[in-house]
Amino acid sequence: MSDVFNRPQLKDSYGNYINGEFKAPVDGHYFDVTTPIDGSVITKVPRSNKNDVDAALDAAHAAYTTWKNSSVTERSNMLLKIADIVEENHHMIAAVETLDNGKSIRETVFADIALVIDHFRYFAGVIRAEEGSVSELDATTVSMNIKEPIGVVAQIIPWNFPLLMAAWKIAPALAAGNCVIVKPAEQTPASICVFMELVGHLIPPGVLNVIHGFGPEAGKPLAQSPRVHKVAFTGETTTGRLIMQYASENLNPVTMELGGKSPNIFFPSVMDADDEYLNKAVEGAVMFALNQGEVCTCPSRILVHEDIYDAFMAKVVERTNAIKMGSPFDMSTMMGAQASEDQFNKIMSYIEIGKEEGAEVLCGGSAANLGGDLDSGYYIQPTILKGHNKMRVFQEEIFGPVTCVTTFKTTEEALEIANDTLYGLGAGVWTRDAHEAYQVPRSIEAGRVWVNCYHAYPAHAPFGGYKQSGFGRETHLMMLNHYRQNKNLLVSYDKNALGFF
Amino acid sequence: MTRVEFTAEAKVLMDELRSFHGPIMFHQSGGCCDGSAPMCFALDEFKVGANDVFLGNVDGAPFYMSASQFEYWKHTHLTLHVTPGRGASFSLEIPTGKRFLIKSRLFSHEEILELQPPLMGKQH
Repeated sequence: MSDVFNRPQLKDSYGNYINGEFKAPVDGHYFDVTTPIDGSVITKVPRSNKNDVDAALDAAHAAYTTWKNSSVTERSNMLLKIADIVEENHHMIAAVETLDNGKSIRETVFADIALVIDHFRYFAGVIRAEEGSVSELDATTVSMNIKEPIGVVAQIIPWNFPLLMAAWKIAPALAAGNCVIVKPAEQTPASICVFMELVGHLIPPGVLNVIHGFGPEAGKPLAQSPRVHKVAFTGETTTGRLIMQYASENLNPVTMELGGKSPNIFFPSVMDADDEYLNKAVEGAVMFALNQGEVCTCPSRILVHEDIYDAFMAKVVERTNAIKMGSPFDMSTMMGAQASEDQFNKIMSYIEIGKEEGAEVLCGGSAANLGGDLDSGYYIQPTILKGHNKMRVFQEEIFGPVTCVTTFKTTEEALEIANDTLYGLGAGVWTRDAHEAYQVPRSIEAGRVWVNCYHAYPAHAPFGGYKQSGFGRETHLMMLNHYRQNKNLLVSYDKNALGFF
Repeated sequence: MTRVEFTAEAKVLMDELRSFHGPIMFHQSGGCCDGSAPMCFALDEFKVGANDVFLGNVDGAPFYMSASQFEYWKHTHLTLHVTPGRGASFSLEIPTGKRFLIKSRLFSHEEILELQPPLMGKQH
């Protein structure tokens, strides 16, 4: 494998993907897509509006009349073929994702795209093994539960893992027999265009459609349409509420993944030996820098027992200072660019808020000037702030390479701090004590608790939030039921009348 | 003592949006991705609930935040700014290539004494 990937060349523009082909927007308007690597324009995509959404809805509804009766085998095989094509183009797609989002190529190769491939295969597999249920209620009455797709679903995708978050939603929706309209984030619409170029021919026309554009112009008519039967959203709380309001007008179900402020807790036994485990735990604390911190589950609050604070954090700061920044296309680069200029400015303002609130900067604390072409990109040093849990930097999702550290004296105090947040998406617990490793996670109000690991997202382990982090569980077969109805057949095998009338 | 103010650049952008969409409102977001950013909508596009706090008007536009989030923000004075950038949300300014941004500072002890408890629920 080359150590430095070539910057991919995209087409001048892409259309929406509707009814099995790329289509120009009805009104002819496009917008520039820039890369956060250096701020340059990389392609154009449609600035769609309700007319384009309606065209996609027409295509999806037409396709649904047959797709809803497609066999499990057909759907499973299609997902497997999608996975195969992505795998054959693994590095090319990873390079496009790096260009689109700014993250380092080591992450798009080994995390994003690798997980995309596996995700399609996972849902291809589970639907072949799945069965409905039958209950004999009495000697002549049988209840059968048959899963049916929900219909035409809308999926609004975030910009932090553009293709992976799309795969998390597309794979189960297609596996369950739905037709899908995807609205990618306007900051990162490029990789799904390349994806559709590669796999579009495998999917019956109208079954998977992609509409580009801005939230208020393209996202709103999609989320509000009475012709949509379900909306899935990953993003922030206000837009989540707005989408739920739209869905309520149509009595539509929704699933929401709305972020977090995840605690990463280090108990004293972590420092019992200077061994491989300690090395892993130090890396676990530094995982806040993964994806430049632009992860809903970023371990943005480090809680360290006071007895090990000095020794442990010395190692964490040393490891953080060793993070190599540079061209995201270089395999040795550990951290790339923030996804956009507004994101960059927001993160920088939070670092200032932290300083103003009295947080101590243990490392980082400013923008990173990497020189050359990268000077026009959006780079921030990985930053650790020391403070207390009531500070705003401990409570608000910064969505950047910034973590905040505080200490605790007892397990009860650690739990109190961990749960003192509006959110409950992820958490980390690091300990060599077998009892702690079970009891502490059970007391944390979060949908995913990593124990002696962090930031793993394998298919087959359900992922989703408690509290204001949303509802619904992705990356697991239980996601299928978020995209299905239950048809209950209640059958009588008794020839005799009831006798009421 | 106001809880939220705005810059001249924010007013220019608000005026531009009002010329297209009529009266506007803000709701401060939290959470993932574009979380922690203020969201701008046509007035009443977003349904303000009983558990939203009214922080005041910015150039005539009502500014709200959920009460649970306000618990963590209540000691903070907010200023509505504008930054270049492609946000991703349903906020009205997204197509302009600019993004509203909240900058904030802590209230001084004297200012906190002057603050009135905020009103709950829809106030426009």
